[in-house]
Amino acid sequence: MKRYSVFAVAREALRWHTGWERAWRSPQPKSRYDVVVIGAGGHGLATAYYLGKNFGITNVAVIEKGWLGGGNTGRNTTIIRSNYLQDPSAAIYDKALQLYEGLSQDLNYNVMFSPRGLLMLAQTHHEVRGYKRTVHANLLQGVATEWIEPAKVKELVPIINIDGPRYPVLGALYQARGGTARHDAVAWGYARACSAMGMDIIQQCEVTGIRTANGAVQGIDTARGAIDCGKLAIVVAGHSSVLAGMAGFRLPIESMALQALVSEPIKPCMDVVVMANTVHGYMSQSDKGEMVIGGGTDGFNNYTQRGSWQHVEETVRALIETFPMISRLKMLRQWGGIVDMTGDRSPILSATPVGNIFVNCGWGTGGFKAIPGSGWAMAELVAKGTPGPLAAEFGLNRFREGRFIDESVAAGVAH
Amino acid sequence: MLILTCPHCGVTAEETELALGGEAHLKRYGPGDSDEQFEAYMFARKNPKGVHFERWRHAYGCGKWFIAARCTVTLEVFGTYPAQTARPPADLLAAIRAKRPSADLSDWDAATPEDAQ
Amino acid sequence: MSARLSRGGRLIDRTKPLSFRFDGRTMTGFAGDTLAASLLANDQMLVGRSFKYHRPRGIVASGPEEPNALVGLGEGARFEPNQRATTTETFDGLTAISQNRWPTLDLDVGAVNDALARFLPAGFYYKMFIHPRPFWKHVYEPFIRQSAGLGRVPQGGDADRYEQAYAFCDLLVAGGGIAGLTAALAGARAGQRVILLEQAAHWGGRAPVDGAAIDGQPAADWVAGTVAALAAMPNVTMRLRTQVTGLYDHGYALAGERIADHTPGDGRPRQRLWRIRAGMTVVAAGAIERPLSFAGNDLPGVMLAGAVRDFVVNWAISPGDRTVIVTNNDDAYRTALALLDAGLVVPAVIDARASVTGALPQAVRARGVRVLEGRAVAKVKGGKRVAGVAICAQAGQGAVLEEIGCDAVAMSGGWSPAVHLWSHCGGKLVWDETRSMFRPDPARPPTGDAGQPIAVTAGAASGALTAADVLADAHAAAGGQGPAPSAAADDEAPMEPVWIMPQGAGPALKAKMWLDYQNDVKVSDVQLAAREGYESVEHTKRYTTLGMATDQGKLSNINGLAVLSDALHQPIPATGTTTFRPPYTPLTLGAIGGEARGEIFQPLRRTPIHDWHQAHGVEWEPVGLWRRPFCYRRPGESSHEAVNREVRNTRERLGLLDASTLGKLVVKGPDAGRFLDMLYTNLMSTLPVGKCRYGLMCSDNGFLIDDGVVARLTEDTWLCHTTTGGADRIHAHMEDWLQCEWWDWKVHVANLTEQFAQVAVVGPEARRLLEKLGGMDVSKAALPFMTWAEGRLAGIPARVFRISFSGELSYEVAIPASRGAEFWEACVAAGAEFGLMPYGTECLHVLRAEKGFIMIGDETDGTVIPQDLGLGWAISKKKADYLGKRAQERSHMADPARWRLVGLETLDGSVLPEGAYAVAEGTNANGQRLTQGRVTSTYFSPTLGRGIAMGLVRHGPDRMGEVLDFPTVGGKVVQARIVDQVFYDREGAKQDV
Repeated sequence: MKRYSVFAVAREALRWHTGWERAWRSPQPKSRYDVVVIGAGGHGLATAYYLGKNFGITNVAVIEKGWLGGGNTGRNTTIIRSNYLQDPSAAIYDKALQLYEGLSQDLNYNVMFSPRGLLMLAQTHHEVRGYKRTVHANLLQGVATEWIEPAKVKELVPIINIDGPRYPVLGALYQARGGTARHDAVAWGYARACSAMGMDIIQQCEVTGIRTANGAVQGIDTARGAIDCGKLAIVVAGHSSVLAGMAGFRLPIESMALQALVSEPIKPCMDVVVMANTVHGYMSQSDKGEMVIGGGTDGFNNYTQRGSWQHVEETVRALIETFPMISRLKMLRQWGGIVDMTGDRSPILSATPVGNIFVNCGWGTGGFKAIPGSGWAMAELVAKGTPGPLAAEFGLNRFREGRFIDESVAAGVAH
Repeated sequence: MLILTCPHCGVTAEETELALGGEAHLKRYGPGDSDEQFEAYMFARKNPKGVHFERWRHAYGCGKWFIAARCTVTLEVFGTYPAQTARPPADLLAAIRAKRPSADLSDWDAATPEDAQ
Repeated sequence: MSARLSRGGRLIDRTKPLSFRFDGRTMTGFAGDTLAASLLANDQMLVGRSFKYHRPRGIVASGPEEPNALVGLGEGARFEPNQRATTTETFDGLTAISQNRWPTLDLDVGAVNDALARFLPAGFYYKMFIHPRPFWKHVYEPFIRQSAGLGRVPQGGDADRYEQAYAFCDLLVAGGGIAGLTAALAGARAGQRVILLEQAAHWGGRAPVDGAAIDGQPAADWVAGTVAALAAMPNVTMRLRTQVTGLYDHGYALAGERIADHTPGDGRPRQRLWRIRAGMTVVAAGAIERPLSFAGNDLPGVMLAGAVRDFVVNWAISPGDRTVIVTNNDDAYRTALALLDAGLVVPAVIDARASVTGALPQAVRARGVRVLEGRAVAKVKGGKRVAGVAICAQAGQGAVLEEIGCDAVAMSGGWSPAVHLWSHCGGKLVWDETRSMFRPDPARPPTGDAGQPIAVTAGAASGALTAADVLADAHAAAGGQGPAPSAAADDEAPMEPVWIMPQGAGPALKAKMWLDYQNDVKVSDVQLAAREGYESVEHTKRYTTLGMATDQGKLSNINGLAVLSDALHQPIPATGTTTFRPPYTPLTLGAIGGEARGEIFQPLRRTPIHDWHQAHGVEWEPVGLWRRPFCYRRPGESSHEAVNREVRNTRERLGLLDASTLGKLVVKGPDAGRFLDMLYTNLMSTLPVGKCRYGLMCSDNGFLIDDGVVARLTEDTWLCHTTTGGADRIHAHMEDWLQCEWWDWKVHVANLTEQFAQVAVVGPEARRLLEKLGGMDVSKAALPFMTWAEGRLAGIPARVFRISFSGELSYEVAIPASRGAEFWEACVAAGAEFGLMPYGTECLHVLRAEKGFIMIGDETDGTVIPQDLGLGWAISKKKADYLGKRAQERSHMADPARWRLVGLETLDGSVLPEGAYAVAEGTNANGQRLTQGRVTSTYFSPTLGRGIAMGLVRHGPDRMGEVLDFPTVGGKVVQARIVDQVFYDREGAKQDV
């Protein structure tokens, strides 16, 4: 793999960039791999990458129905944070954040991780209490967050309206290390690194069946023929239930649309990411200048990557209330992704009822920020067959035991 | 935005009039049932890429719960019927089979509700 | 130079001159102008700078597809960035500024990027700025951000307001050209309810410019006649300046109407968002002309041939004295004729086709214009505007054969149907080889709720490119009866696909062939993407940013994917298109938000006593959509002081709380008791009539979801109080179980929350107050603790509950909502002698915490079960089943090591920080400090003069007296002792008097 650098770009410029090699190979599938990962999104590619890097397992194929990075990796709002309340969540998301901090150098691909800071606004007393609790939890988890007062919020985000008539800002949970990254680049960077390790990334190759014998996986059937494997990792957010169905088990997952939109680009006006959960919307500004906006999921089971319009209205309303200056900006594009919603809204990294099949799914609306940590933990699970500490609490057995990891503590209701 | 016809009051309602209730025809398990049964009732979901039987409430209308058979890929609604039943109406099942021969309706192959459970 | 012609201009009114400013310069235009026309009339060909290289940019199109001419429009609270000059109507006093340049449009420092363009190819940033690590955040990214971005940032709020409207129709026609008019007329004559929407300020689209004759009349006359006919039909609604921006599932369409954009400040809403349910949508959005890819095709003065024609015919604009035409089709010859008709010079038509013999080219030849066959543009000459073109053979590599001086270049690479609306919710496309275009596949339309087609295309949007075909297609699309309007058949020779010019151009030329003008994506960039393996059209788009500019690739996408297909050696349909997403043109966020902003951002629920609170120093707290008094501040008092006063006064004398927001659900019927036994953890069927009982409700997943006091009103009627937030949620929860699980049980539930005001009269003097109001026996004997009675107080019908959430003697009085304020004021008046003071939610919280009562949302957070809270006494052991019972038997929920509720007392009397955690020794496998408990509620207790708290602690109730460490932010550790959670009046003597 030729290294990327400013010198390489300059060298290539002199010959009109005709000498760049492919970022990743486009091979024919082999008949057998030690590990097959289904899904060449961020999580699947990161799983493959850390299988190679941490465990020396490189006879790996990553099988993708469409184009790599084309699922939720390429259609999210790119927010990265680790200020989670529950210990298992904070651990894996903070691992992800730490890996993001060095990912461009690790992959030799600029993923533009931008630790510009992230604010979660508190607009009710209930939210104030919730975020103060999170600050205390984060303190003990080794995740640096702080509670900041409204004046500091205004200082960090000059375009915000902190004293709106309905839900004035009472303060915020601030994670200075949080931020954004260029979502496509994360997938591309991992893909390039996987390919350089000799792994096969096979795009446009739909999996049509999973073959098992004696309770363990044998291989998969695909649009490009049968492929045998020693172990199988299913990492296909949005379609987790479909693949689980091929292997003969059900998951505590429903597929729903999550929508997002961007405005036309304007000059830089907001350096931090702002999430406003009471009014329900979040916004950041991309390096290109677009305001990147998201809200909550649609409610119904949906595989269309399109959502219902009323949710866009609700989100935009919430953000105009928070940032009145966006009222005269224009929505440039809206889209949707299909997310896995689990029974407790936390992810699943787990062995399954079928031997040597492992699932990584259920990241709901928060998958992008977890990619490196998720891949790291999943690689360990697949390589060893048992979860390491990062994945230990995210097993499927928790649904049987009633041992949930619930981040939605704000769901409680005040008198 | 979806439109669904409430089988109770006959109103063709905008999605904003409706509240969602998730997968329909779940059998409730309770005290005396196994951990496995209870887990399956509470969490295991079909989540089909295709025909989905799901509960809706005409929340800002007549207030009644009903069930819709809807395709999660095309969003086509094959029909709606009151929630006060253990199985989908036979004519609806026939209509779905006619339109979507590949749809998995195996839960409803049995002749009676008792058999179906 | 561009200029206004002295004659012509079908859309302008020369008797109404207008004055406007661009970059501080005063200019003039005419009524009927677009800003683009006005700027060209003033020889302002340079109107902006491109995104990446800051290349000079001129107007290239005449409609919503324009990628270059974006301006900052208006000032102050009416400033709007990135507004298209080609769709902005000029008005007197308009102010506009150019964008993405510093310090001026002419002298832009950012243009240094252009000199470095060779070093900044597609995706250069993925390969650079990697080391050293901190530099991305601190050096590279700030620089890139500052040089990116387009328009200026609006400051402050928006001076305008926006409306939203619903509409319903059988037939929605998107586009008011001759196709849309034909379809609308056909539908309307068949009796359908028709809505016809056109984005421009006039009807007719391109046909009047192109000079078609319809039904024997000039197109403009036919348009006027048809518009008049439609306007006279009662089943037709017509709107100009209204763009259908998206078609969504189940036939839901959105349209943005520009009401007062051209009359700012006239009092009308600025824009209106139409939300339309349409049985069928006719997409009559026309077609978009393609640029040609030749070196220097981005210089100001290079325009689409159709746009040049529009500017000449509609607005009497000369793009320059000499205009060279470059084309691969016959249609561009119409532009030559329009220019000639206006008295302008066309030095040559450069046609990539080897042989050109059609009627239109012959007509142009007949007027003495050179038609150069098989030729291409090797290069456009000039700096900030066109100075000439160098000509080469299309089949060659670009060797210059000839140079021609000119002021403008009109280019046409053919037309692409505007298929966006068709595609938004699933309509499929097919590649039409003969016409080299993706057009809608009528066999695979977007489908609706019954699987039926919900859209059809009409006219150019279907791929029909001549007036005769357009009319016939549109008439058929709307199911027209009888003959369609007719036009003479055009004799146009087929176009020849030309994706780069010349076909053998080398890298130096390809690096100057622009595909995406705004984002600076060139042919060389797409080829680089293909070379590097970004082979999917989506990869190429994202890697190069092709089609991601504010025009969303209207001009660039087809050319880009053709170049990509060529690089991959595959046919164009194998490459496919990127996904078409709404909106078709950008939609103002303010219009999406609509009226709901400021005070009416969300509905406000007001209790019957709301106005009294407002008038008496209330500090509000939003609770859901309600506002509840947090406390009542007196002059000079802080919130904290007010709360302490309210607590002490309620404990010592008399407090009054507006509890109207509490949920009140009546559950009635022969099976009501059985039903409530399933819903609550305790037994409600055994509650005697006249009595009250505190109840807990769990989800079937076991978690505590609500609590409240239940009163049995009659043999078959119970009144269930819920939390404020629970009223609607628990009502729905009850209906869910009743209708979907136990539908044969005879029970009705009614939510009477808003039918009653509820006032808590609390404190040692409570009984004396009610006695003074008079009308009911409220003595301990007649109305003991946990009972209720009905009667009249102060002459007002009342239901009085002897219940207490404060530990004091307390009555909760429900009165009809219409008399709530009257009752409250009667209490206030009569209570003066007892020292009555109103109190708010914070005092309520302190009072209940002092008594160790739990609060849903504080002690519970969705992860807590009743057993955690020491509420085992409220869980019936006799019942075989209740919602949550089976769930609570699961191993983790039955684990004795679960954290359980206790009281916490700091050793130093301070108030424990909210949400603090108690630590245990050591760390877990992830290096996180182990914990053994957390604070759930913490307050200063004015009654005890110290901090009190409740919390969940592992084995808590078994560890009374132990001291826990609570680390706080900043490093300090607060120590607190585990105590009983009831801090005040443990025996309950005060409430039971």
